[in-house]
Amino acid sequence: MDTFFRCLHAPWPWYVAGPIIGLMVPLMIWIGNRSFGISSNLRHLCAISQPPSIRVEFFKYNWREHNWSLIFALGAVLGGFLAGVVFANPDPVQISAAFIGLLDNWGVHLGQGFLPPELFGLSWHGIVIMFAGGVLVGFGTRYASGCTSGHAITGLSTLQLQSLQAVFGIFAGGLIAAHFITPYLFR
Amino acid sequence: MRYIPYLFAGTLFGFTLVKSEAASWYRIMEMFYFQSFHMYGILMSAIVTGVIAVQIMKRFAGRASLEGTPMEIPAKEKGRYKFVLGGLIFGLGWGIIGLCPGPIFALVGMGSVGALVALAGALHGTWLYGVLRNHLPD
Repeated sequence: MDTFFRCLHAPWPWYVAGPIIGLMVPLMIWIGNRSFGISSNLRHLCAISQPPSIRVEFFKYNWREHNWSLIFALGAVLGGFLAGVVFANPDPVQISAAFIGLLDNWGVHLGQGFLPPELFGLSWHGIVIMFAGGVLVGFGTRYASGCTSGHAITGLSTLQLQSLQAVFGIFAGGLIAAHFITPYLFR
Repeated sequence: MRYIPYLFAGTLFGFTLVKSEAASWYRIMEMFYFQSFHMYGILMSAIVTGVIAVQIMKRFAGRASLEGTPMEIPAKEKGRYKFVLGGLIFGLGWGIIGLCPGPIFALVGMGSVGALVALAGALHGTWLYGVLRNHLPD
């Protein structure tokens, strides 16, 4: 029992986490013939909150048919609470020593938590970057009809060419931003 | 009651994203700088598991799921440029904030204010897409 709780607190290696995430694909098909993915909930949340005065066509549909998806997202929030608060890991993220050195050059120090306070602390600088990055994520995932879960996991698991295109775009965009934008945001 | 399995699946997903540190900005940057195998291991083992599981599921295609609907393998919609272009825009955001939609939800559960700001941004981005979508190349 002791070991069990220690495993709940400690970070999981990739060979434990990866297969669990991969099993989401057959799990969702088995539960209700659903396609595993989470970013469509951003659309549902827009549909729920769209004011009657500005009715954009894209958000005019019966979102209640997607209750299952919203519940799945609610579960992800709950899972984050359980893993990050109830069974919190007290240690910083276990990134490689080489990368810690690189972050030092950026002026970023590895602290507790998942986001560096230098960038994402409660400063206007941090809020603007986080919001703008979020806009790109929200816009891009809907344009591509999926994010990492819907394309990289579900799409590639079902061998779909469109998802391979999306993953190519995602990775190219990520490399460009991580190398040519993000390092300069800390200065 | 019929939504309980979805709640369970979502909880397992969010829990795993946090426990594997895939929801961490540090891990995503480390991945884009090729400094660790960790994220590649997660993604590749997830895809390999998914491919094998879907091949097995195909034998059960047409049978009833828990909800009673027949099981089939999902297909994505058609499009020529939208997958690469959308992916590129999403990737630019991912390479900055280090969070994709799954981790955004999981971090909101951790009480992260930064993730709440990212969620607000993502909702505005989604809405912007809804407004502009007829003017974008498909």
